[in-house]
Amino acid sequence: MSSPGALSSEFWSVADTARRVAAGEVTATQITEAMLARIEAVDDALGAYLAVDAAGARAAAAEVDRQRAANAALGPLAGVPIALKDVLVTRGLATTAGSKILEGWIPPYDAHVVEKLRAAGAIIVGKVNCDEFAMGSSTENSAYQPTRNPWDPSCVPGGSSGGSAAAVAAGLCAASLGTDTGGSIRQPAAFCGVVGVKPTYGRVSRWGVVAFASSLDQVGPLTRSVADAALILETIAGFDPRDSTSLDQPVPRFTDALTGEVRGLRIGLAQEYFEAMDDAIRAAITRTANALVERGAALVDLSLPHTKLALPAYYLVAPAEASSNLARFDGVRYGHRPPATDLLEMYGRTRGQGFGPEVKRRIMLGTYALRSGYYDAFYKKAQQVRTLIKRDFDRAFHHCDVLLTPTTPTPAFRFGAKATPVDMYQADVFTLSCNLAGLPGISVPCGLTPEGLPIGAQLLGRPLDEATLLRAGAVIEAAVGLGDRRPTGIGGPA
Amino acid sequence: MPALTRKEVEEIALLARLHLEPEELDRMEHELGAILEHFAAIGSVDTSDVPAMTHAVPMDLRLRSDVVAPSLSPAVALAGTPRRDGDLIVVPSSIAPPDRTGSGSGS
Repeated sequence: MSSPGALSSEFWSVADTARRVAAGEVTATQITEAMLARIEAVDDALGAYLAVDAAGARAAAAEVDRQRAANAALGPLAGVPIALKDVLVTRGLATTAGSKILEGWIPPYDAHVVEKLRAAGAIIVGKVNCDEFAMGSSTENSAYQPTRNPWDPSCVPGGSSGGSAAAVAAGLCAASLGTDTGGSIRQPAAFCGVVGVKPTYGRVSRWGVVAFASSLDQVGPLTRSVADAALILETIAGFDPRDSTSLDQPVPRFTDALTGEVRGLRIGLAQEYFEAMDDAIRAAITRTANALVERGAALVDLSLPHTKLALPAYYLVAPAEASSNLARFDGVRYGHRPPATDLLEMYGRTRGQGFGPEVKRRIMLGTYALRSGYYDAFYKKAQQVRTLIKRDFDRAFHHCDVLLTPTTPTPAFRFGAKATPVDMYQADVFTLSCNLAGLPGISVPCGLTPEGLPIGAQLLGRPLDEATLLRAGAVIEAAVGLGDRRPTGIGGPA
Repeated sequence: MPALTRKEVEEIALLARLHLEPEELDRMEHELGAILEHFAAIGSVDTSDVPAMTHAVPMDLRLRSDVVAPSLSPAVALAGTPRRDGDLIVVPSSIAPPDRTGSGSGS
């Protein structure tokens, strides 16, 4: 579908949009109006947005245009329309985390990353859909609406940042921020044919992120190119004293890392990540590895022997932390509160009515794992297994610089295809370990299946070495990426 | 890891302050049991000499200086509160209301 606005700006890159605004080729208001019109025309079919902040976006765009007219210095994202996963709190703009328990809540402050984006001149166009409290792999757990995969509307966009990935792929924003606790940026990025970066734990502040599992959660960009991801990441990364786990480390200019070179780079291939996957995905990852070798990289076969324990460790650690974090949703200070005669009944009814099935399941699982007498057998055991998984990676990075794996074992699946919770949990099997070990990871499109669904290649790197991931990711993008191919289902070319 | 009994599921729901309808309890009993069974492999891993992870990336937790800084006003902070009385949040009683008939034991 062509843009219903006066511009055809919907697929402009982040850097190109900001450059054109700064050069006066186009105003931020024109970009914003075109994007709002496109969302109005396309999103009924896609279902990516939970809230569109037309007034806020117009005001922010007018401010950028006023600054330019006054010859003031513009930020690196001036005029760039960005959508936020609805777990990032936004001052004056409803934030639901995809849950009925927060319906109607208007946060009184902006998340750290939202402050950073606004300061860089970005236009926040709205909040996008996700699995409730970021718990899920298909966005089917949203309490509000399904989001469709722009490449095939009968398929899910992945999750939990499914609204982000779908909106970016369909040109309903220039970029989006998501969160990744076990693959929630990389897996939907792979399903929707976009780039997704999960930064090193502590690289990006979690202040103002609705918490799911605090030792695993990270905010990161979903974009249509690696260069866009680098630009957004260098904008949002950095120390924040309001997050006690924020790393006080310098942030490189990630955009400068994109040299196009991988000569001498050692690419690890861990056998455990190539045991079970669809044939089309295996072929695409093989093609990706070969392309890197043709450009001077070396492949290193290695083993991460504790990989099979990542899934059980994750599904003990993450629900345990979730059960603690979600205790705050009790009807006292904000959100849903049904009538009740005493406090205990109020807690139980608020949470029983406000939470959806998957959130309840994880709260129950986490409460079970943390229960007196069970802590050592479950939570402590899982944290010990995390140490084993981390040691596997530490050893591997003595022999290689990055690891190359498929992002997912299958391409996007159809709505309702995962019959049981355990079936759904398997969708994250290649992405979980990265979070358990605190590593950075990126998913880059590396081809389409014969059915026309995107495939993602995942790179995992050493802590704080996002630069190498972005550099190698850009080479993959140039060699085997999707080029100018756009979604064929929703939001693609006419 | 053993399958969960209905009684255990009810106890966990109470601990989690989660009111579940009878059909939810039925489903939870079945699903949680299946999940725990699937993840039982973790129990057989020898971790006797393995420290539990505290931070995935090495970091020292730090203290902030104890200084007064700008913060939200009570009115703004409490704007989303379901029920309030001035700057106080109102919730139902946590214990049974006092007996006002005079028949209860005095002290």
